[in-house]
Amino acid sequence: MTDRSTQTAQSKHLKKRYRAEKRFKFFGLAAICSAAGILLVLIGGLTQMSIPAFTHHYVKLDIAIPETTIQAEQVTDPVAMRKVNWRGMVRKALRNEFPEVTDRSGKRAIGNLLSGGAGDAVRDKVLNDPTIIGSTVEVALPLSDDVDLLLKGLIDRSLLEENRVVSDRELTFIDHLEATGRIDRRIAWFLFTSGDSREAEMAGLRSAAVGTLLTMLVTLLFSFPLGVMAAIYLEEIAPKNRLTDLIEVNINNLAAVPSIVFGLLGLAVFINFFHLPRSAPLVGGMVLALMTLPTIIIATRAALAAVPPSIREAALGVGASPIQVIFHHVLPLAMPGILTGTIIGLAQAAGETAPLLMIGMMAFIVDTPMWINDKATVLPAQIYMWANNPERAFQAKTAAGIICLMVFLLLMNALAIYLRKKYEKRW
Amino acid sequence: MELIGLMFLALIFLMPLGANIYGRTRIRKLMITSAQTQSEESVKQHSLTAFHGLFMSMCVLLPALVIILCWLAFAPMVISSLLVSEISRLTGETDPRLLSIFVSKLEALYEGVLKAEFVEPEVRQALGYYSALIARANIFLYVVAIFTAIAGFVISARQISPRFAARDKVEVIIKRLMQLASGVAILTTIGIILSLAFEASRFFDVVPISEFLFGTHWSPQIAIREGQAGGSGAFGAIPLFAGTLMITFIAMLLAVPIGLMSAVYLSEYASKRLRNIAKPAIELLAGIPTVVYGFFAALFVAPFLRNNGSVIGLELSSESALAAGLVMGIMIIPFISSLSDDVINSVPQNLRDGASALGATQAETITQVILPAALPGIVSAILLAISRAIGETMIVVMAAGVAANLTANPFESVTTVTVQIVMLLVGDQEFDSAKTLAAFALGLVLFFVTLMLNVLALYIVRKYKEQYD
Repeated sequence: MTDRSTQTAQSKHLKKRYRAEKRFKFFGLAAICSAAGILLVLIGGLTQMSIPAFTHHYVKLDIAIPETTIQAEQVTDPVAMRKVNWRGMVRKALRNEFPEVTDRSGKRAIGNLLSGGAGDAVRDKVLNDPTIIGSTVEVALPLSDDVDLLLKGLIDRSLLEENRVVSDRELTFIDHLEATGRIDRRIAWFLFTSGDSREAEMAGLRSAAVGTLLTMLVTLLFSFPLGVMAAIYLEEIAPKNRLTDLIEVNINNLAAVPSIVFGLLGLAVFINFFHLPRSAPLVGGMVLALMTLPTIIIATRAALAAVPPSIREAALGVGASPIQVIFHHVLPLAMPGILTGTIIGLAQAAGETAPLLMIGMMAFIVDTPMWINDKATVLPAQIYMWANNPERAFQAKTAAGIICLMVFLLLMNALAIYLRKKYEKRW
Repeated sequence: MELIGLMFLALIFLMPLGANIYGRTRIRKLMITSAQTQSEESVKQHSLTAFHGLFMSMCVLLPALVIILCWLAFAPMVISSLLVSEISRLTGETDPRLLSIFVSKLEALYEGVLKAEFVEPEVRQALGYYSALIARANIFLYVVAIFTAIAGFVISARQISPRFAARDKVEVIIKRLMQLASGVAILTTIGIILSLAFEASRFFDVVPISEFLFGTHWSPQIAIREGQAGGSGAFGAIPLFAGTLMITFIAMLLAVPIGLMSAVYLSEYASKRLRNIAKPAIELLAGIPTVVYGFFAALFVAPFLRNNGSVIGLELSSESALAAGLVMGIMIIPFISSLSDDVINSVPQNLRDGASALGATQAETITQVILPAALPGIVSAILLAISRAIGETMIVVMAAGVAANLTANPFESVTTVTVQIVMLLVGDQEFDSAKTLAAFALGLVLFFVTLMLNVLALYIVRKYKEQYD
């Protein structure tokens, strides 16, 4: 074998190795890009899908509120207010727009354009300002979800009438209203201010959001003190023995137990054994607290371990007792890390659905829960319920709910990162 | 009633405050009198003034809190058993099922959820008994709790003296409290095991354990009436296990290569800037709630796969195992990548430098030096990821099927253990039927399998981890 041939063989081999190197690097980059791409598709797709749900179409109508319906001083009386036929009032007003329609089915078709909750808009207006009774006022009434979807272009007009949820006749009415400039697209504030509803155009996140806050409150009240105390004990006080080992193994295992098992625990122990109320933030919060406990304990221990021993020794040296060292020196220094861990644990808990389904926090809740033993639902469960609703308008609504939940979780995580950046100390 | 409750709550938290102030002033007074009566060096205060106050407030608060917690835990049980006996006396009914229906009606009546005309007259009769019972129970709690607090106050106040070691006592109490808190972890595990095992054993009384574990037919519809058609009830869980394994396998097929390669790239190749962007982005994937992934799977991935599948001639079910598995894989990616990233970073730089010095390219260094060194950690990360995938619920509930289907075809719909647990327990059912108990048996299997995977992961790391020093 000549020198030359070894050289070419070597350079060939080298080239092959370099090609392998490039290929490997490319695979790595491709993996990162695909992960990033998936993230973009997921967030982009959901955002795009949610956009229609943040606005809604209203029809501006002049509504006469005759004095015969209700007196101004009766406005504060809920019974009298309930007796008033607000729904009939708005339907009549809309029918007046189409004097040429006299047949019954036509009249019904006109009424169907409005949302089932359109009457409430007038009622709220009267509640706000009783002096308008007896006069005619312009009120923006929400249209029904199908009409809204049509106006947003999400229902295809060119479909045959029998394949379309909006009939041809209704189409002509809508076109007329649009031509006269009565239809108005506004921000759908009801998404945030009202509770759940069967009607897509009235369903909002408010009761679920309050339910989430109450549940998080319970979770925080249980998991934070318990978690921090357990972590201090294990990190600073506990003797090295079998019991301590057992506790540590237990905590690590609990961190990996599927969340649905915690739900089963809550159902069997809290609800069936202790007879605590079903669907209540109290039970939900306790189940989630057990779930977040390992996260908080692990984060707290890491934060405590990061405090240098010199601090402890100095405090001991000037005569502090071990407990005083912990509470006066170590714990305050570890607090930023502890808070960060707690917030991240709570954010995880706030996005959790499965264990809450087990304890019935998937109920249809219209009213805002007031306290921790009221029936309530939480944001992820609300999203799950909306996702199961076959009505078309709920799709966008579900996506909007998801965006709200993710913004909320993002804010929580941002707070955690801010706390860490601001107060973190490098020793 | 509400007002009294609030006042009670305020009192329970104000009393320790008062005790604290009392303890401080008392020790100060004692010191002043002792300084006046005796020579200067004779009496020294053992503990700081604050500890005397703290000791007293703990003695007031803690026993009362224990009483309140016990009451909260056990009162509903006692009240409902009393109610059952009262209603069975009124109605002459002995069937526990009917009695529990009466009790829930009565509770709904009391809360104003149910109107009186929908309720049997006997139950209405019991309403007075019920509200009196609740009122009496509340007053009992208030009296007992306040009495314990006062007793704590009196006993602790007598101990206050300059020589009393208040600090030592307080610290012992704090230590005990911390011990109790760390015991909650053990209690939780015991609670999980006991509750699952107890309910599952009741299930196995009805359905033999061998049929549950090895049966191939799953249709948990139990006849409500005798002789009802279509309600046979078969509890063979093999199709569920197979479905779970298939979806997990698909998820791993996606997540392991992507997660591992991105971890390798990020820790070995990436510039600091890319690392600073990509790492948080991947962690963002980890922070997305699973219900969001479920919606994504059901509304984006499944229709996408079905449409494209029909183009190339594949028949995909709209709840195919593939869609659920792929999305679950996406969920697992950050899990694998962040765990492997830690493992790869913990391989010492010496090994890399050594390999480079021998002329290895970077890829050769990684595949032949770093990955073998990191292998135990990576294997344990994958095992943890598998356990995560098996226990994942929302994605499969929203994207996988409900019907138990024993098939190896990933384009068909399958169901999983977690889906069935949710299906069996969501909605109002009686707690005692085999259907609901089956959920606990499935939960027990789930808990056991994930526990084994976690223990195995831990064991592999401990046994095979290379020690570098």
